[in-house]
Amino acid sequence: MKKNSFQLYRRDFLKSCYKALSFAGIFYLSFQPEKLLFSRENSQYDPTKHWYGMGIDIHKCIGCGRCADACKKENDVPREPIYFRTWIERYVVPIEGETYVDSPNGGIDGFPEFKGDIDILKTYFVPKICNQCAKPPCVQVCPVGATFLSQDGVVLVDEKWCIGCRYCIQACPYGARYLHPVKKVADKCTFCYHRIVKGLLPACVEVCPTQARIFGEVGLQSSPLRRFVRFNDIIVTKQYLNTEPKVYYAGADMEVR
Amino acid sequence: MKSFDWKNIKLNPKIPRQIISLAIIFAIAIAAFVIGRMLFVPRSFGKYGHYRGNALDEIASQKINYAGYQVCTNCHSNIYNSLTKSNHKGVSCETCHGPAAKHTGSPGEYKPIVPREREHCQLCHAFNPSRPTGFPQIIAETHNPGKACMACHEPHNPLVPQVISECSACHRTIANQKRVSHHASLSCEQCHKVTEKHLTNPKLEKAGKPVERAFCGQCHAKDADSLKEIRRIDLSTHGGRYLCWECHYPHYPEAKR
Amino acid sequence: MLDIGVTNMIPEFQHITGYIYPNEFELHWGTLIVVYPYITGLVAGAFILASLERVFNVKVLQPVYRLSLLAALAFLLVAPLPLIIHLGRPERAFEMFLTPSTKSAMAMFGFVYAWYLMVVLLLEIWFDYRKEIVIWSQEKEGLSKYIYKILTLGATDISEPSLNFDAKIGKVITIIGIPSAFLLHGYVGFIFGAVKANPWWSSVLMPIVFLFSAMVSGIALVFLIYMVTSMFRRKEMDMDCLNKLAELLLYAMIIDFSLELLDFTHRLYESEESIKILAELIYSRLFISLIVSQIIIGSLVPMISITWARFFKLPDEMRRMVYFITAILVQVGIFSTRWNVVIGGQLFSKSLRGLTVYKLQLLGIEGLLMAAFLLILPLVILYILCKVLPPWVENEGEFQTSEIET
Repeated sequence: MKKNSFQLYRRDFLKSCYKALSFAGIFYLSFQPEKLLFSRENSQYDPTKHWYGMGIDIHKCIGCGRCADACKKENDVPREPIYFRTWIERYVVPIEGETYVDSPNGGIDGFPEFKGDIDILKTYFVPKICNQCAKPPCVQVCPVGATFLSQDGVVLVDEKWCIGCRYCIQACPYGARYLHPVKKVADKCTFCYHRIVKGLLPACVEVCPTQARIFGEVGLQSSPLRRFVRFNDIIVTKQYLNTEPKVYYAGADMEVR
Repeated sequence: MKSFDWKNIKLNPKIPRQIISLAIIFAIAIAAFVIGRMLFVPRSFGKYGHYRGNALDEIASQKINYAGYQVCTNCHSNIYNSLTKSNHKGVSCETCHGPAAKHTGSPGEYKPIVPREREHCQLCHAFNPSRPTGFPQIIAETHNPGKACMACHEPHNPLVPQVISECSACHRTIANQKRVSHHASLSCEQCHKVTEKHLTNPKLEKAGKPVERAFCGQCHAKDADSLKEIRRIDLSTHGGRYLCWECHYPHYPEAKR
Repeated sequence: MLDIGVTNMIPEFQHITGYIYPNEFELHWGTLIVVYPYITGLVAGAFILASLERVFNVKVLQPVYRLSLLAALAFLLVAPLPLIIHLGRPERAFEMFLTPSTKSAMAMFGFVYAWYLMVVLLLEIWFDYRKEIVIWSQEKEGLSKYIYKILTLGATDISEPSLNFDAKIGKVITIIGIPSAFLLHGYVGFIFGAVKANPWWSSVLMPIVFLFSAMVSGIALVFLIYMVTSMFRRKEMDMDCLNKLAELLLYAMIIDFSLELLDFTHRLYESEESIKILAELIYSRLFISLIVSQIIIGSLVPMISITWARFFKLPDEMRRMVYFITAILVQVGIFSTRWNVVIGGQLFSKSLRGLTVYKLQLLGIEGLLMAAFLLILPLVILYILCKVLPPWVENEGEFQTSEIET
């Protein structure tokens, strides 16, 4: 009897060894370089020569929602109204009392008529997006290095490495991150990295009908973004947190948070 | 060869057996950790920073859905030429026609959407007080209800069927406020000098505002030749050196508050 | 004022008051992340209680010394479970060992946990029990004989000098263990306290408050386990020990309550931008869990009743009854504390303009049943540990044989 049970034990032990080895092997192999559409080595693109930022002109935004819609279509973001890489907020500032803010479905379907018996002092739209901070608190807290600031100034998420702990989502002061419901990893605006490295514009900038969004490089001497920052009075949101956002707002009211 | 005495193993009689056993266990654990690290940390990790270097290529290889307006001009240059001279010059092709990368890749097989319904144009042009002043808006329910927008407005060159006679076409909010105010009977031209150029190129030639207190005094001065019901003030003492509209909102003067 | 169409898509939208960023609809750290600091708090608290006996020679705590260690171990073994279950990608959890970010407090979890488990807790228990393990390995029969033989790790010398060596090492380990226990639970406080984006969490006091509430819950846990096990074993409870535990619990609670009061007063005094939404948060969303459960039931009533039971003349049965009920109330209070920190911090928007709700589920991964399972599992493990390494061998010099089924 003893001999049989030992043989059984050995067989089970070897089985679990094979299982463990194959699991390890699969994991190891999944990180081998696959055939990719874009390869840094093969392209002309040098990330160290760029430092991206965006300008948003509140005076120009008409709240049409094309940017939020295009972003979801370009990046396959789930269409539910709780996952956004960019969204538009409407502010209604009354003569007296609390400012009212809303963002129905991120502004994708436009904004319904404002129903409220208050005297409005002013009202405007504010597009929101990941600020691609130069000192990103989300990168600071990632335990495994799955989110990072690239050399060209874009904060990206490595969806193959992210463990889904959601610390970065908690650490973002701007609510720019969400957990992808299918992939179960953190997700956020990437400035359409796959477009900008090929010289295209991010989808939201491409479709904005009034050019309220200006994409460009922070350090470039002659660029629309440089002119935008020089000509307008710029604020960034939550400046006191010292995250050094690279999304610059012109014409933003003090109510914008 | 002497048989190994496992029970009384004493490498060094001074070190107690407890320490030796524990040291062996810890050595095995640390070795497993080090070997695990060597095997499983992806090779590209740490190349550019504390992240997987290959992630950049993977992110940049994402599928592109919006082609960008410049690609459209390769085949549709006529439309583009008329567009750039029109009021829609800032509007990108894909703002209305949706993502068209598939179409540029295979024009016969994939056709972009052609939005003909009224709701589409209303995304930008339906009246919404939060839109910045000066943006052309219509009240959808009363503006040719049921008729397609394209019946009168060519989307790639959207001139209006008749010359704009009403300022409310672009200044709807102001017109709405004025209509229910004490100044309802005043026309816009009575206070604002509007030139022909303003109608065609509003941003370059703005309409003027009154520059003297005496202007409002034409109705509101104590000795003015105007209707009895109009409120009078003493121009020499009221309001110091300020122009009248620097305190009072002329489009809705002396509102509830 | 919300668009009806959007509300129909997601009916929970109607529970939102004010404005929240669209991505904030989903609460990310739920019941599981409430359970985790609660469990590590129990571990840290129970261990520090045990080390009081060992390092500061509080002899009257002798009856609960081994029990505290085993309780700490039982809960420590369960501690990683809520974290791993909660991950979006649990199969990648080991990445924390492969590429930990030195800037991230969360990354140190794997190492602090491994250190505390292997170097502190397991070693301390092993050194303390080694003599009995050797004796049992010689006297027991069957499967348990093999178990104890393995546990001896070959160190079968139980002569006087060897045992003295054990005692010395044990003391060193305990001394190292106290700051390690502080680190094990304090880093969780830092994980929350260092998030500048969240005004409810961001505070210098957060790690300290976490620590002292951990001590409170740990002492109360040992209280409960000692009383329950004594009841089941039909053994006399050591009143001196219980009274000392009550004193320590009271002091810990006073310090903890003072710290929370300080945080509250400081917030109210400075009245920063977030004060409005946080006040609304407390009054509307957290009223029951904070005012009623954490403060009244969890702090004020226990402090008053312990003071009364300990320092006023009462018959022993009454004392024990009050201690028992108080310990349960304390656990409820500390669990509410964790709840208010974790869930409370996500109930208000970072725009400071709105509040949302947390939908507590019964079933599912973040459900109440899972939380209950994770809290009962350590007790099951403790039961097994008490069978393998009975903690009450030292009582009255009596050598009790454990009833192990082979």
